[in-house]
Amino acid sequence: MPRNDRYSAPAIALHWLIFALIAGGFALAVYMVDLPLSPAKLKYFSWHKWTGITIFFLALARVAWRLTHRAPPYAADFPLWQRRAAGAMHALLYALIVVIPLTGWLYSSAAGVTTVYFGVLPLPDLLAKDKALAELLKSVHVTLNYSLLILVLLHVMAALHHHFVVRDQILARMLPWAGRRNAGSADV
Amino acid sequence: MYNLHRAAFSLLIAALLTAGAAPAAAQAVLYDKSQITCVSRQMNVPVEARFKKFTAQIAFDPAKPAAGTARLEIELDSFDIDNAEVNDEARGKQWFDARNFPKATFVAAGIKPLGAGKFEVRGPLTIKGRTHEVVAPFSYKEEAGTAVYDGAFPIKRLQYNIGEGVWKDTDTVADEVQIKFHIVVAAGKAAAKK
Repeated sequence: MPRNDRYSAPAIALHWLIFALIAGGFALAVYMVDLPLSPAKLKYFSWHKWTGITIFFLALARVAWRLTHRAPPYAADFPLWQRRAAGAMHALLYALIVVIPLTGWLYSSAAGVTTVYFGVLPLPDLLAKDKALAELLKSVHVTLNYSLLILVLLHVMAALHHHFVVRDQILARMLPWAGRRNAGSADV
Repeated sequence: MYNLHRAAFSLLIAALLTAGAAPAAAQAVLYDKSQITCVSRQMNVPVEARFKKFTAQIAFDPAKPAAGTARLEIELDSFDIDNAEVNDEARGKQWFDARNFPKATFVAAGIKPLGAGKFEVRGPLTIKGRTHEVVAPFSYKEEAGTAVYDGAFPIKRLQYNIGEGVWKDTDTVADEVQIKFHIVVAAGKAAAKK
């Protein structure tokens, strides 16, 4: 596969790093929310927030990178409806990885709990304390997360479908290790 | 004869002490305008909570601070951090154990001026059956028919056994807790009322 048919190295690195952080932050959240109050629970909530804030800034960097760098072009025979579907999916995913951490930050602010990044850097409270608003933001945060889960599953299924059923290069564009092997075969 | 003398002497001392301890009538505390709060640090995040019920008997004249007296009783069951689960935990056995130790008390043992409207009160603070002396700087301001005492001081929660068992871990909830008071009294020498 020619070099410009793949995502750039920073795009690939950000994609997988953000994926790993989201998977970890999501799993931690599902585990921690119903724990009885304990020091461990307080720690998990802080870790979850630090993870979310990290995702937020990485996601902003990723969106900025995407806006200033072209995504690799699709093959000429790639159907139009699939381009559109993929485009819409990617736009939604980009939006959610920015918006979801932001709703978490807003929720914590409205709940009256300042987020102190890594226990060192107090982040500004985006909202004044407001219990009703905090409850609303909590359900927005949770709902958007499960929406993201569904979209990610569809995204993964599409990628696997392309790789194993259609057998095209769509997934390889974003795999960190596919580059050399495919570039080598393209040279032959 | 000797005993009679001693009794009379004791009475005299008692009378003198009583007179000395009452330099001014207790001030009427305006409870709806007053607040006692505490700020703890959870994972280095400052979290404020309020003690909604307390009583204060204060007699203080800024011109004669040394003669001032104060006694505060805080109902630990009235701890409110705006979260039902945390409130239950804080009032429970490992934290305040409010059922067995319903009140925290502070009695001023001495007040001295620091200058520029600032003073310092020291005295024993008893929480959960343990007593330690605390020193609290405070300001005194008269405004619009009221007088306002504002001050803050730190305590070490573990000295009072607040947070037992797993909660002894100070990495999650810091040992030092800031206690803040904002007490508004009616100006003048009105009788105390609740």
